[in-house]
Amino acid sequence: GRCYLYMKTIERAAFPRRLWERVLLSKNYEKALEEIDENLIYWPRFIRHKCKQRFTKITQYLIRIRKLTLKRQRKLVPLRRKIERRENRREEKALIAAQLDNAIEKELLERLKQDTYGDIYNFPIHAFDKALQQQDAESESESDAEREEDDDDDEDVGKREFVEAEDSELSDFEDMDKLETSSEEEQEEEEEVEKKASHSKSKGKTPLKGPARRKRPYIEIEYEEETEPSTKTKAA
Amino acid sequence: ERVLFPPTFSVSEIKNKQRRHFMFLRWKQQQRKVGRAAPPKAIPKTIENQRVYDETTVDPNDEEVAFDEATDEFAPYFNRQTVPKILITTSDRPRGRTVRFCEQLATVIPNSHVYYRRGLALKRIIPQCIARDFTDLIVINEDRKIPNGLVLSHLPDGPTAHFRMSSVRLRKEIKRKGKEPTEHVPEVILNNFTTRLGHSIGRMFAALFPHDPQFIGRQVATFHNQRDYIFFRFHRYIFKSEKKVGIQELGPRFTLKLRSLQKGTFDSKFGEYEWIHKRREMDTSRRKFHL
Repeated sequence: GRCYLYMKTIERAAFPRRLWERVLLSKNYEKALEEIDENLIYWPRFIRHKCKQRFTKITQYLIRIRKLTLKRQRKLVPLRRKIERRENRREEKALIAAQLDNAIEKELLERLKQDTYGDIYNFPIHAFDKALQQQDAESESESDAEREEDDDDDEDVGKREFVEAEDSELSDFEDMDKLETSSEEEQEEEEEVEKKASHSKSKGKTPLKGPARRKRPYIEIEYEEETEPSTKTKAA
Repeated sequence: ERVLFPPTFSVSEIKNKQRRHFMFLRWKQQQRKVGRAAPPKAIPKTIENQRVYDETTVDPNDEEVAFDEATDEFAPYFNRQTVPKILITTSDRPRGRTVRFCEQLATVIPNSHVYYRRGLALKRIIPQCIARDFTDLIVINEDRKIPNGLVLSHLPDGPTAHFRMSSVRLRKEIKRKGKEPTEHVPEVILNNFTTRLGHSIGRMFAALFPHDPQFIGRQVATFHNQRDYIFFRFHRYIFKSEKKVGIQELGPRFTLKLRSLQKGTFDSKFGEYEWIHKRREMDTSRRKFHL
């Protein structure tokens, strides 16, 4: 980019074509400043100064342009709204169709089957299958047993039996017994939980029948709370 | 007695509730009677079912493909001669999200280093990388403080893929995430890369990770291609039993869409493009996918 100095005089105001007078300035910065001074010799000092300032600014930004064109230039690519929307929507749909979690799980299970993990995970296949089959057989037999018990219950519905009265409501050392029984109950629960956990670890499908599985001798104690009867004051 | 209904009549059009209920029960009875002999359930049409057959689909037994793969740029990797070493960088002046994303990506990909750009030209970085034995270069392009583009370049004169990245989720934005990914080498799952192009992209992704995954780490990185969108996820898995596996997502997630594939390393002006996404030609059909 070369710089020119343009001047106009009021005498030429009537001839717009010849209004501006053009002078090519040299490429050398200092020489160009001298040339400006020469040409604007009788002009006011302020205007000369401002002209030189403008010239300085122009040369500096020209230098900058030349430097930047050598570096990498950023290319601005406009976004197309319709296309953006379309792609986002398609991405969402593809995500739903992908079912990533299922796909990953399937892939991992396949790799496990094909023995890529070697001996790290011990799920012995045959033993497991046997256990599964056993457990299936057991659960079938158990369900049969359950059905039998249900039949028994149904049968007992109509029958009449004579049973003695139960005296278990009152007890002297209530608190102590409560503590004991609660602890017993807790232990029972823990045992039950442990049994359940162990059962689930080994077989995982056996239905637990709670009360029928307790092996320890167990006493059921019921407690009634007595509220003191409100004393009635009799009119003397 | 029997009224003849027009054939396009359905039970649900009767306005009277009692009569409608009665007709419905009768219809149900008939269905049950026909039951076993009824026509089998039709397979629903999905976009994947209806996909336009791509002639470049890879047949697993194809010899030509196998030969190509044995001789292309990834052969040294797949023959275990090179260990991947990856350089992750961004475009100029990365902002917070991009920086954090780069860090998390570096934890996910083993043997990777993050370097800041500081206005260096890619063409000058590449020879330096090759000199320092890097195998891959990842450049994450940023726009308005979010990462939106990814350039993946295999270094010793390998192909360069330019992706558009969308829906980036950092670790803290993922719900129910686990702890940080450990230093173990994760496994890689590549799903659904069927065509030749997809195959080569899949190999590019596989080349990022070291060949021998450490199963103790129980981590898996997944690149799942669905309808030309590649979803990246990073999980930790645990086998609860033979038939059950639990996965927990950790690590960032993002989706990529391939924009162009270049034969040599990154060169925007003089590069030889193997594949460019041309909207007018390639987006014409909804059932046509290229990966």
